[in-house]
Amino acid sequence: MTTEELLHLAQEEKENQEKHECCIRVCTAAGCLSAQSNLILDALKEEVKKQGLEEKCLVKSVGCMGPCCAGPVVYIEPDRVMYAQVQPSDVPEIVQSLGKTPVERLNYSMQTPFFTSQRKIVLENCGLIDPENIHDYILADGYGALLHVLTQSSPPEVIDEVVRSGLRGRGGAGYPTGLKWSTVAKAHEEKKYVVCNADEGDPGAFMDRSILESDPHRVLEGMTIAAYAAGASHGFVYVRAEYPLAIKRLQIAIKQAERNGFLGNKICGTPFNFDIEVRLGAGAFVCGEETALIASIEGKRGMPRPRPPYPAQEGVWGYPTLINNVETYANVAPIIRNGADWFTEIGTEKSKGTKVFALAGRVQNTGLIEVEMGTSLRKIVYDIGGGIPGEAEYKAVQTGGPSGGCIPKEHLDTPVDYESLTQLGSIMGSGGMIVMDGRSCMVDVAKFFMDFCVSESCGKCVPCRVGTAQMYDLLHKITCGKATTDDLDLLETLCDLVKNTSLCGLGQTAPNPVISTLRYFRGEYENHINSRHCEAGVCKIKQAAEVKP
Amino acid sequence: MSASVRIKTLKIDGMDVSARGNESVLQVARENGIFIPSLCYVDGLKPVGACRLCLIEVAGINKLLPACTTEVWEGMVVSTDSERLRKYRRLILELIFSERNHVCSVCVSNNYCELQSLAQKLGMTHISVPYRYPSKKVDASHERFVMDHNRCIVCTRCVRVCDEIEGAHTWDLMGRGIDTRVISDLNQAWGESDSCTSCGKCVQVCPTGALYEKGKSSSEMKKEIEFLPYLTALREGKR
Repeated sequence: MTTEELLHLAQEEKENQEKHECCIRVCTAAGCLSAQSNLILDALKEEVKKQGLEEKCLVKSVGCMGPCCAGPVVYIEPDRVMYAQVQPSDVPEIVQSLGKTPVERLNYSMQTPFFTSQRKIVLENCGLIDPENIHDYILADGYGALLHVLTQSSPPEVIDEVVRSGLRGRGGAGYPTGLKWSTVAKAHEEKKYVVCNADEGDPGAFMDRSILESDPHRVLEGMTIAAYAAGASHGFVYVRAEYPLAIKRLQIAIKQAERNGFLGNKICGTPFNFDIEVRLGAGAFVCGEETALIASIEGKRGMPRPRPPYPAQEGVWGYPTLINNVETYANVAPIIRNGADWFTEIGTEKSKGTKVFALAGRVQNTGLIEVEMGTSLRKIVYDIGGGIPGEAEYKAVQTGGPSGGCIPKEHLDTPVDYESLTQLGSIMGSGGMIVMDGRSCMVDVAKFFMDFCVSESCGKCVPCRVGTAQMYDLLHKITCGKATTDDLDLLETLCDLVKNTSLCGLGQTAPNPVISTLRYFRGEYENHINSRHCEAGVCKIKQAAEVKP
Repeated sequence: MSASVRIKTLKIDGMDVSARGNESVLQVARENGIFIPSLCYVDGLKPVGACRLCLIEVAGINKLLPACTTEVWEGMVVSTDSERLRKYRRLILELIFSERNHVCSVCVSNNYCELQSLAQKLGMTHISVPYRYPSKKVDASHERFVMDHNRCIVCTRCVRVCDEIEGAHTWDLMGRGIDTRVISDLNQAWGESDSCTSCGKCVQVCPTGALYEKGKSSSEMKKEIEFLPYLTALREGKR
């Protein structure tokens, strides 16, 4: 594949698509699919055929467009109309209205802050291209960055570009990506591996799933560029088995990339060889931890081991391994295409670029969003999210899943970046964002996440194995109104222990939901203990009078 | 030992010591008579850093590091004892005691138990976390040995000795978190295990009374762990 051939393919696809006057895009990512968007897709194809518009109108299955709460979502080009909550019975009306006045009752305005306040880099192709069609990806400048680095840059130049971009790991910890790449590149070993961590397991998070379902080639391209830069010849995508659609589309994408010479031997006609294999996770949250993930790839029980040695030194089967998250790899192609300088202009001083969040919980607009780093939480919750529905008031936003914390009202103006969130006792995490209002009891929230950690702890080290179970028991006691202030003291002591002595990130961050809710909502804990009262009315505490003698 | 291993000098608790570059802090400390508590570590098996009792403070590093898996480096300044470390070790030990049913007075390994002696050494008289009193099984299906899950601390010494030294890999782990437990073969009764060679190495390395010889009564199960350093030395060709 040469640049000319790539341009030719893009041109062909362009002509093919331009033959049609209009294009109807139907979201078939997991969110809309669960609302049976596949029926809409079939019905639209049928209806277009029936009305004899096949030549004029292209019906396309695409990935996530963002507003998951409005699914199934249909978008029509060039009318620029989005329809929400489409039913199969609406289909004839939609097809009839093509090029005319849109169907008002289904119209979903795109002039709202939900669309206008976002900045899409990672998700730029999501909802636009057909994830199962490589030509559609090529038309959207796909594989141009790969071809460029393979033919015009040396591996150190690629690494330099990524270092200068300031890109940091999107899996949560924010480790500088360029530094990681250069560490692996420096290792002198006959074999090296590149791994994509798609073992997204935080409750309420679906960023990686959506990216893989909507734009899998973008991730493959990022991985291949990383492999070229680091000198690796084999790659793994470790994706959880609970994501069947993501796996299917990923596998289709790998096959298509191989067939078109973007993966395999002599990629794009250069001497560079690289292949990618999909490995399925068996449902353990801890396998998102890199050393446990490596053990799992090797076919062993997914248990973390102490670091160092870091995977960059000793990873899969003892060879240097580069592990990045799905979103990190998805950032690579645009950085190469537009240059590091372009990327550094986006975001804050220390956190460059954008971040994808899965906005969930008590907000009007739930769905997949991408914002510039440094955007305030208020903007995300109230502008993009559309605020809290109904009468209820904002209480907290939970970021970082079971490793993160809850951020209260007084910190709503905090810019979202790695450092600010850490300062508030939460973490950026992989991008789960759950908004809570007055109906949520913070002790109950902490208990929920602790329950998660108890069942997801691998059981290797004592503080995490026993400590999380003890903390859960104490939280349960508090929510039952049976706890004393001594129990609260013990809970805090255990938080400190588990945080500082656990072996891996899961244990070290497991107390975070408790620590952060104690920091901002200590009064609620004390109310449960002293007055045996749960403000939110979530915990059913029997009052002394109700207890029969 | 390969020729490329370099000698490093470091400070442990203010004492200048020298070490081979591939040694762990725990090994060096023990060579020099410095006590660091540990339960999952045993000389001759691969360290796993699981019990977290051997955590140490190293100057310039924020996190506590497990002495068993941390290799020495030149100029390293290690502190093995501090108010903070004592507090953590004590609490971790308490968590181990709270996890299952450790009743010393009726235990076969009473007076010969590493968990018990460590508690005595650290001056533990009671625990501050609630006992969990789980209901655990006893597997007495093997003709010579017994596995009592009530006394297991999931240190995985048995798993490692069976895999690394005996080469049978009869033992492994099953379940997650607090439900993690040692199993033989594919969760069969030990007596029905095809891979077990009945060598008894697991019994001897077990730090508590979880694995013991049949017929032993309370306070009778003394463990003979000396075979392990001997076998290791033989394999390295030193004897």
